Amino acid sequence: MKDIQSIQQDLIDEFSLFDDWMERYEHMISLGKSLPLIDPTLKTDEKLIKGCQSKVWLHSELKDGKVQFTADSDAIITKGIVAILVRVFSNQTPEDIVKADTDFIDEIGLKEHLSPTRANGLVSMLKQMKLYAVAYQAQLKN
Amino acid sequence: MFNIKSIRADFPILQRQVNGKPLVYLDNAATSQKPQVVIDAIVDYYSNYNANIHRGVHALSQEATDKYEAARQKIQHHFSIAKAHEVIFTSGTTQGINLVANGFASLLKKGDEVLVSALEHHSNIVPWQMLCEKTGAKLLVIPMTEEGTLHMEAYSEMLSEKTKLVFVNHISNALGTINPIDEIIFKAHQVDAAVLVDGAQACSHVKPDLKELDVDFYVTSAHKMCGPTGVGILYGKEAWLKKLPPYQGGGEMIAEVTFEKTTYADLPHKFEAGTPNICGGIAFGTAIDYLNHIGFENISVHEQELLEYATEELSKILGLKIYGTGTEKTSVISFNLENIHPYDVGTILDKLGIAVRTGHHCAQPIMEYFKIPGTVRASFAFYNTKEEVDLLIAGVKKAKQMLS
Repeated sequence: MKDIQSIQQDLIDEFSLFDDWMERYEHMISLGKSLPLIDPTLKTDEKLIKGCQSKVWLHSELKDGKVQFTADSDAIITKGIVAILVRVFSNQTPEDIVKADTDFIDEIGLKEHLSPTRANGLVSMLKQMKLYAVAYQAQLKN
Repeated sequence: MFNIKSIRADFPILQRQVNGKPLVYLDNAATSQKPQVVIDAIVDYYSNYNANIHRGVHALSQEATDKYEAARQKIQHHFSIAKAHEVIFTSGTTQGINLVANGFASLLKKGDEVLVSALEHHSNIVPWQMLCEKTGAKLLVIPMTEEGTLHMEAYSEMLSEKTKLVFVNHISNALGTINPIDEIIFKAHQVDAAVLVDGAQACSHVKPDLKELDVDFYVTSAHKMCGPTGVGILYGKEAWLKKLPPYQGGGEMIAEVTFEKTTYADLPHKFEAGTPNICGGIAFGTAIDYLNHIGFENISVHEQELLEYATEELSKILGLKIYGTGTEKTSVISFNLENIHPYDVGTILDKLGIAVRTGHHCAQPIMEYFKIPGTVRASFAFYNTKEEVDLLIAGVKKAKQMLS
């Protein structure tokens, strides 16, 4: 299993193939479309992260010491970023998730989507992923 | 003569680029851009005669006071208001609404009714909910039709001797619908109810004659009318303004203060506590001069042309639905592409240098009615062009192709 840094590097390499924003966005949209569907029973208000503009649902489970994330969004561009975050953080240990940074988002030219004023739910999603990891980390220690 | 090229040259911001593309600014319903004369008025104030007003004996204070009061008079004449002291400077529409709502708290009792239209902006609903909670009055909503217009028969039936206040916007910010406010006011007066009209969306498109409308209160913001942010006006009929208690305590609003009793200043100062937005008020006056120089007749003709053209071209896009299809509309188009989230469309348009609004436009009840998360809203001003509409259409098509 690849670690967080190498997945981030993969993404940077992948996105560097594109010359302009349109191709980058098209790639992001296709990533969003290929995100495995979240179990509809998990799309509850409890799992909902409310942005003013788009909604994000995030579910997590701990399996064999690793955190599994599944997620969805009602907006496809948001879902593309959701897919990227799931790819980076899912199937990793809580410890690695907690200490990981997200500078790669800047490097692949999608920083504007993680701005707190964008109100698309992504900043809160990232925060929530980290919070889950912290919680699992505590759980594993006990 | 209406010369679009020279008008555009008046607005420095329209010359800039966004994401490497020339800016196409179609978010005018949120705020308008500012012409150089307004920017100059702001700079002139702070460079040459900044002083506190209404109390200094020195020259600067006198100059600033004269200019500020001259702006009040400009506003008075622009809106055909009988007396200058019926113009209250506020920080904007929202403050004007809160001032009236707060004032009515002492006039309403349990069993009274307040009517609000279903087309309202949040800011126009919350103060009345608070007022009704405080007084025990009942808040009733005038329903909306499928076309996004007010249901006038329902309104007539809702009016009774219990009705004390009616609140409607002149023009809906989310859909662009022009409400029949003359009829709304006339009918409300038949049951002796007062009417407050929110003119925030209207005043950049039309020049309301408040005397003829016979409206009791009218509020608007300068920033939607090419003026600066943080300033607006409340118009109130003198009799009403005398009846309402002051909104905030402080300097300027008092005549005499002892620890036993304070006598309030006369209108308009009774409602203008503290140092006002002097510069904003003066620049608001300049903005009004500028709009009148362009001419509201010209503005309306040009904007309606853009609206018709954009509506026609957008309607040709398969799977595009326009919300708010009443015949009386200003240059606002709210729309969605089938199965595509408005946020996605707005994001792609932004990358193309096109500024539109996406979301619920602070009008969640309307979105709930249509069962949608929001819309994409393009709103045109007199400085927009047909070429910009073409760029919008091309952008929407591009977004559709990328997002489908």
